[in-house]
Amino acid sequence: MTKITRRDALIVGAGAVAGTTLGVPQAWSQAPTLELKVEKGASLRVLRPSKFVQGDETQWLENSKKYTEKTGVQVKVESESWEDLRPKAAVAANVNKGPDIVYGWHDDAHQYPEKLVDVTDVANYLGAKYGGWYDVCKKYSMRGNRWISVPLGAAGSKMVYRVSWLKEAGFDKVPGDMPGFLKLCQALKAKGHPAGFALGNAVGDANGWCHWLIWSFGGKMVNEKDQVVINSPETIAALEYAKQLYETFIPGTLSWNDVSNNKAFLDSQLGITNNGISIYYAAKNATDPAIKALAADIDHANYPIGPVGKPTEVNLIVPAMVFKYSKYPNAAKDYIRFMMEKEQYEPWQDASIGYFSQPLKYYENSKIWTVDPKHTPYRDTLKNMLWTGYAGTPGYASAAVLADYIMVNMVAQAASGAKSPKDAAAEAQKRAERYYKV
Amino acid sequence: MAATATALDPRSGAALEKLGRWLDNRTVLSVLFMFPAASILLVFLTYPLALGVWMGFTDVKIGRPGIFIGLENYISLFNDGVFLLSVFNTIVYTVVATIFKFGLGLWLALLLNHTIPFKAYVRAFVLLPYIIPTVLSAIAFWWIYDAQFSIISWGLSQFGLIDRYIDFLGVPWNARWSVIAANVWRGIPFVAICLLAGLQTISPSLYEAAALDGANSWQRFRHVTVPMLMPILAVVLTFSVLFTFTDFQLIYAITRGGPLNATHLMATLAFQRAIPGGQLGEGAAIATAMIPFLVGATIFSYYGLQRRKWQQGSQDD
Repeated sequence: MTKITRRDALIVGAGAVAGTTLGVPQAWSQAPTLELKVEKGASLRVLRPSKFVQGDETQWLENSKKYTEKTGVQVKVESESWEDLRPKAAVAANVNKGPDIVYGWHDDAHQYPEKLVDVTDVANYLGAKYGGWYDVCKKYSMRGNRWISVPLGAAGSKMVYRVSWLKEAGFDKVPGDMPGFLKLCQALKAKGHPAGFALGNAVGDANGWCHWLIWSFGGKMVNEKDQVVINSPETIAALEYAKQLYETFIPGTLSWNDVSNNKAFLDSQLGITNNGISIYYAAKNATDPAIKALAADIDHANYPIGPVGKPTEVNLIVPAMVFKYSKYPNAAKDYIRFMMEKEQYEPWQDASIGYFSQPLKYYENSKIWTVDPKHTPYRDTLKNMLWTGYAGTPGYASAAVLADYIMVNMVAQAASGAKSPKDAAAEAQKRAERYYKV
Repeated sequence: MAATATALDPRSGAALEKLGRWLDNRTVLSVLFMFPAASILLVFLTYPLALGVWMGFTDVKIGRPGIFIGLENYISLFNDGVFLLSVFNTIVYTVVATIFKFGLGLWLALLLNHTIPFKAYVRAFVLLPYIIPTVLSAIAFWWIYDAQFSIISWGLSQFGLIDRYIDFLGVPWNARWSVIAANVWRGIPFVAICLLAGLQTISPSLYEAAALDGANSWQRFRHVTVPMLMPILAVVLTFSVLFTFTDFQLIYAITRGGPLNATHLMATLAFQRAIPGGQLGEGAAIATAMIPFLVGATIFSYYGLQRRKWQQGSQDD
């Protein structure tokens, strides 16, 4: 079992205070420590999302090997495609059998909290050592005062655009406000470089920009009391905006999944889209010289800020969960800790050029964010993001609403003209209420 | 030795005799013989089915046991536009795809029934779409229908027939027709090969007799081939309807139910709600709601097409 002495608790507390103000970790005498008694003969099965960039997987496996060398704990890392990761984790939770650790998605941990090992000690230790967690991490990973998962990071989504085409359209950078952004997309379209944002059932991209859009105007699925309030004037204003934005899109976005925009962008059919850093990564590492040359012309920007006046992004956060059926909970917790330590985390972020942004504030200073200024916007992914199910509590209802693509469908209906913004919002309200019923 | 001693023990001899007599009983024997098959059916078929039906009456969620809530899931589903749309989609998908699969499959079977060179190879070749794993062919179709990279659109635009790419999967009805076409492409070989097997059981003497009576080729088809093919047609139709109605892979790989849920089938919706959405009870209810349709379709295709008297040439009662 985990052994945290009273002294450890004090140290962790002290670290937390210091960590919020300073660049940590340092070789201080009172650096936080965590003693986890790794079970004898332990071995681990780890399930994680399949790679979108090669460096992610290569370095992850490298780090796992290092863990085995250090502790003798054998680690078997398995990857699962993004869409199938959630069901697989859910089934494991249901049948009490499967991987010891699952690196899942979003609020997965709130789907089966009682099946998960309490990881408060690991989270407190890491938070204390690495400058604290961003607020959104607590929303996703805490249940009351307990941590039920440890956030690994989030695959950040930003505006990805072609620098030269932006200039051609008369812009130096992506405007930070909604009217400006619309003007940019209109200008790009006029120059034959349309925008393109997924409106199909695409877990990452479609959810990402649709939530941002609605939230940026002040619309939200539920309020703080988990009452469905999506059918609001704010939502309708956002949908009216979506309609205008849709006119600047390349045809076919209603059927787009998560890879469609990557393909179209790299084929120079798109002026701007929302995506992780994977497009840039693909261009940079392409063997085809024509695609490689694109890298210089690609840049990233934060999502514009809407009338609410603050960033309203949502990104794919990855919580690490240890299941109670695991025979080696301490080894599992220790592995999670190990992978978050600077010696492993930074090389991993480097290898994937920051595909996953950090949940711990300390890593804001990682050189990956400044080595290439094009990486920088992805640095603040977790700082700027809200959570799925905002402004309510993550749980069964929010997960069901997300899985049913209620937000995406609403935006798609209104944008494409299949329904009026009013009707689309009313339908979304009705659909969401089915899940948020008391 | 102990073994010999036991064998000679008169008591054990009597027990064996009793066992032997017991095993001679036909009822006992039939129950014993049926036991392995019955247990497989019970464990792998009846139990999951019953569990699924039961879950449809509960609010069970992933990772949390549910309680019995009666018809609440069903009432809620019948007020849910997405569910009703999925029922509509499933019916359209099944009916249209089945009609095409049977029309084209029968045609193909008739062609293959003729004497053609390399008959065996051609027949094996025809089965290819059916042999390729569904997911692979679905991914191929996904590319074929891609909004930006579709080979069909590219080809047509090269010939100057279109000036903008066809939005196969982005417009609801386009998407429906596209997935139906993919299903038909995949399903034809199954129908064709089964019907070909049926065609080969028809005795050539029947055709000779018909020809002697002056029947032309349409009349031979109408009055010999069709009635003789009807029993196998009924079986193949039943299976085909069942497979199409419960299709999941094609849709999941090509559209995931989009655009705007226009291609969501009951099976894909059940999965989406039950597994990624965590609402196992509701997902089970959607899956259970498929049963009446399936039973109805089975009864229609099986009994409707198996009117024995008609098959034998006399009028129906």
